[in-house]
Amino acid sequence: MKVNVYVTLKTGVLDPQGKAIHHALEGLGFAGVSDVRAGRFIELEVADDVTDADLDAMCAKLLANTVIENYRIERP
Amino acid sequence: MKTAVIVFPGSNCDRDMAVALETVTGRAPAMVWHRETALPDGTDFIALPGGFSYGDYLRSGAMAARSPILRAVADAAARGVPVLGVCNGFQVLTEAGLLPGALMRNAGLNFVCRTVSLKVENSQSLFTAAYQAGETIDIPVAHHDGNYFADAATLDRIEGEGRVAFRYLDGVNGSARDIAGVLGDAGNVLGMMPHPERAIDRAHGGTDGLRLFEAALGVLA
Repeated sequence: MKVNVYVTLKTGVLDPQGKAIHHALEGLGFAGVSDVRAGRFIELEVADDVTDADLDAMCAKLLANTVIENYRIERP
Repeated sequence: MKTAVIVFPGSNCDRDMAVALETVTGRAPAMVWHRETALPDGTDFIALPGGFSYGDYLRSGAMAARSPILRAVADAAARGVPVLGVCNGFQVLTEAGLLPGALMRNAGLNFVCRTVSLKVENSQSLFTAAYQAGETIDIPVAHHDGNYFADAATLDRIEGEGRVAFRYLDGVNGSARDIAGVLGDAGNVLGMMPHPERAIDRAHGGTDGLRLFEAALGVLA
């Protein structure tokens, strides 16, 4: 089964990469973008008996650094 | 004094660290591969070197922090064995939860590679006892992810506990409160982005890093 994990920076954590992407978009002439935040998308292929608690532990222990990042698990 | 340098795939300052430890102790350190599950018996100083362990995959230091040897390092740290993490080693220590905070991409997005001035904030720790509080020392940095972050409550707490060891005199990478080096809650773990092992010989252009090793390794004249 496919599981999607979205890792994003917590609000309040400055995102220099997002800021650089924002500047680049402006440089390309795209108007109307007020902010950019960059994150990480991870696709997992897991066995059916992997529980939500297992997935949560994977995120908390490795996939996200909860000091600076939030994560969201999407299990279709 | 039995010292150990932990070597990860992608470490590249492990030999500089080994030279520093041997110069100060007169004895070559054990080079311990990340797949090991135990440190050599009687190890009484551990260094996590700089580099790009596991190619900085996922996050800098993230993979190394979950490698088998880190459990042994954490156990040793809990017993009071001094642990020094430099640059990638600092990133590994924060990722492993042995130090608070996290090291993010430099605020200016550039890799910063130059000698910087640091203010010694705490001269009471086992690593910094040979410096004067408030003294300025010059130590090289070379990193892309050295932007220290912790939430305000954590910053207040570590400042209040005297756990900021070093601070950049001039903004280098956007670090919160210009923090360059942080001590663990028991004082025997130090993580720092600047490389003291690159400032131990006059041929390096400066020797301000030498006293850190002399103090930590107990060989102060």
